[in-house]
Amino acid sequence: MNVCVGCVVCYCPAGAQCVAVIRGKNKQTQRHSLDVKMAAARGLTKLYRIGLHAIRQNTTLKATTFLQQRAFRLNGALRQQPFDSSAEKPQFPGASAEFIDHLEFIQPNVISGIPVYRVMDRQGQIINPSEDPKLPKEMVLNFYQKMTLLNTMDRILYESQRQGRISFYMTNYGEEGTHIGSAAALEPTDLVFGQYREAGVLMYRGFPLDLFMAQCYANADDLGKGRQMPVHYGSKDLNFVTISSPLATQIPQAAGAAYAVKRENLNRVVICYFGEGAASEGDAHAGFNFSATLECPLIFFCRNNGYAISTPTNEQYRGDGIAARGPGYGLMSIRVDGNDVFAVYNATKEARRRAVAENQPFLIEAMTYRIGHHSTSDDSSAYRSVDEVNYWDKQDHPISRLRHYMTARGWWGEDEERAWRKQSRKLVMEAFEKAEKRLKPNPELLFTDVYDEMIPPIAKQRDAMWRHVQQYKEHYPLDLYEK
Amino acid sequence: RMTMSRALMHFNAASRATNPPLTFTGTEIEEQVFIADTHCMNVSAGPTQKMNLFQSVTSALDNTLAGDPTAVIFGEDVAFGGVFRCTVGLRDKYGKDRVFNTPLCEQGIVGFGIGAAAAGATAIAEIQFADYIYPAFDQIVNEAAKYRYRSGNMFDCGKLTIRAPWGCVGHGSIYHSQCPEAFFTHCPGIKIVVPRGPVQAKGLLLSCIADQNPCIFFEPKILYRAAVEQVPTEAYQIPLSQAEVLQEGSDLTLVAWGTQVHVLKEVAAMAQEKLGVSCELIDLRTILPWDTETVCKSVVKTGRLLISHEAPVTGGFAAEISSTVQEECFLNLEAPISRVCGYDTPFPHIFEPFYIPDKWKCFEAVKRMINY
Repeated sequence: MNVCVGCVVCYCPAGAQCVAVIRGKNKQTQRHSLDVKMAAARGLTKLYRIGLHAIRQNTTLKATTFLQQRAFRLNGALRQQPFDSSAEKPQFPGASAEFIDHLEFIQPNVISGIPVYRVMDRQGQIINPSEDPKLPKEMVLNFYQKMTLLNTMDRILYESQRQGRISFYMTNYGEEGTHIGSAAALEPTDLVFGQYREAGVLMYRGFPLDLFMAQCYANADDLGKGRQMPVHYGSKDLNFVTISSPLATQIPQAAGAAYAVKRENLNRVVICYFGEGAASEGDAHAGFNFSATLECPLIFFCRNNGYAISTPTNEQYRGDGIAARGPGYGLMSIRVDGNDVFAVYNATKEARRRAVAENQPFLIEAMTYRIGHHSTSDDSSAYRSVDEVNYWDKQDHPISRLRHYMTARGWWGEDEERAWRKQSRKLVMEAFEKAEKRLKPNPELLFTDVYDEMIPPIAKQRDAMWRHVQQYKEHYPLDLYEK
Repeated sequence: RMTMSRALMHFNAASRATNPPLTFTGTEIEEQVFIADTHCMNVSAGPTQKMNLFQSVTSALDNTLAGDPTAVIFGEDVAFGGVFRCTVGLRDKYGKDRVFNTPLCEQGIVGFGIGAAAAGATAIAEIQFADYIYPAFDQIVNEAAKYRYRSGNMFDCGKLTIRAPWGCVGHGSIYHSQCPEAFFTHCPGIKIVVPRGPVQAKGLLLSCIADQNPCIFFEPKILYRAAVEQVPTEAYQIPLSQAEVLQEGSDLTLVAWGTQVHVLKEVAAMAQEKLGVSCELIDLRTILPWDTETVCKSVVKTGRLLISHEAPVTGGFAAEISSTVQEECFLNLEAPISRVCGYDTPFPHIFEPFYIPDKWKCFEAVKRMINY
């Protein structure tokens, strides 16, 4: 096995298996292999020269881009050389770069930003056949069914809030592709940190409709014991960390979890979902920086859906979205078409493979569109046009694009669609009716799990609450709660 | 607590990083920040070693890394040993994947720690000064404290311990002297602990690390070098949420934590000598959840309570203690409860000798209470 010693050719961190190849002028590939001990003995000067040699040999890559991209690697090598002020190269520990003698500001590139990777066009046709993951029919049908089941559940639960049956809801309209594509590329043991619009990930992993509903109704079946608002799902069995309302707090947490996972040395990755709005939070900056410096096997998955409640992206950032921030932190980054479930799948799959193999974080910015309102407390017609929403609903939707792909292969048709719509609606309605009838959890659960064990002051307050409720019981809705 | 000349001496001494006199004669009142316990404290059998407070912290961390393969220590500058030398030698001994620097970002340090703990690692996060803990406030209060509750006990970050240097140091001024415990006592779900010396520090820190709830451990920085005791080298724990009665008395209850315990030790001696007043001295040790029983039991006996802390008086933790005691012991009180605390100003630089709740202010409060 060739252990990477931090040469400049590839992006592997030191200690990972070397996967670099050097393309020479004659297009032959040479696997570069350096014995670690020999390299250390010769000193890192040699590596630097090898790196430069590789760059000079490489006629297809621009040397400046290469040096920019590999700055941190080269810097690491350089810092261990003795400082030599006679050399023309800057000696600063903080950056690895050449000198420049004319004043020039770097222009942020937002007119033609990082390109959007896609596999299917908007009509579900494969563009580049070598990128088609050629997933088996059962798997693709499952993708479709999970996306549509999520859509059906969303419609019914949104309505139930409007009817006053649940207090709050958030739909996932338009973003189903980001959930299912990424979830399918992971292992069931991979740990998921979400924001709040990733219910499809949980659905793909097999979280039953009953438990989705139980959480939204905060009934006695809720795994969360009725303590949080709707859509704050969590599942220990499915490795989905419970959602919390503060935005972006999960991002540095995901870095910490990934570090712990790395030390366990099992085939596990952590994935962290967030929106483009949450990416403005300080916690996002913290998480990106920590994951890169501490070399965490982590996938950052940004759902850029165009809006943070009413705030459009041009009021959220002025740079080239979230993907462009990645290189600033030393993160491998990509932008994908979030409405193309295969593009999402491919990118997540490759990011996962490399994150585990190389212990480095990856940033995937999935471009998509939030077709629904932010939540049941929002009416988005106040800040965007119906035409805009209709475009995405009708012309570029992850569900219809996948359906075109399936029908083109004869895997799905009108009959299947009709039957599935009926069945999925029936499943959702059954779970819904069941959840409606269920009692709420025992109010004892108001007081437990603050600490791992009950502590005296809380026990005292609990007892006082019950005494009070006993005395004034006609004013408290005890009949709705389990005894 | 100090005259101007003594204060200047102290400033100079601190800046030269020399140790102040360490022995306590027991018969005279010295200008000392640390007074060793006079009674024998049986915290642990086994060999002991002379350690100051930062060394006792290192010892606790050493025991932890040795016994728990998942344990990791991280924060700013911990790799070379830390700005207060609390992590010296640990990286060489246990490896750079276990003792490592993080970028300069407190919200990241605590967030990272929460995630590591949630994923099953014993995560020990260092915040370089308690004064800088505020960027992590959201992570501590909204996330760490609520992790278990909000997930229905499916997830928790009980394996997280946050350590931070705390309290006045003679010259720390606004941003190197703060005692922020009161901000966090308003937050159910976390534990807050403050030791008074090396033996207590090691045992309490090990308890925090073992405790399955996120804990904040504030280390009085003025005691890092000044406090020296014989500390057991093996691991031992001192229970949380148990206040300690250091000295029994019948006339007045004194309550403090951290550095201020030593101030009150002097005050108790002064009260006995000059006023013939017998004080019961209690070190609270765990600020949240606090031991109401021990404090109330004492006030029922003495009828008088004085609470002292460096943090500003308004909204300081003395207010919480005072409120609870007057609820539980109202009819036992012989005098209003007294709080001798910092003023409601930021912690000043050159005016520190006037700001701090020194022994003279506490003594005067004792006199007023006795004569009420």
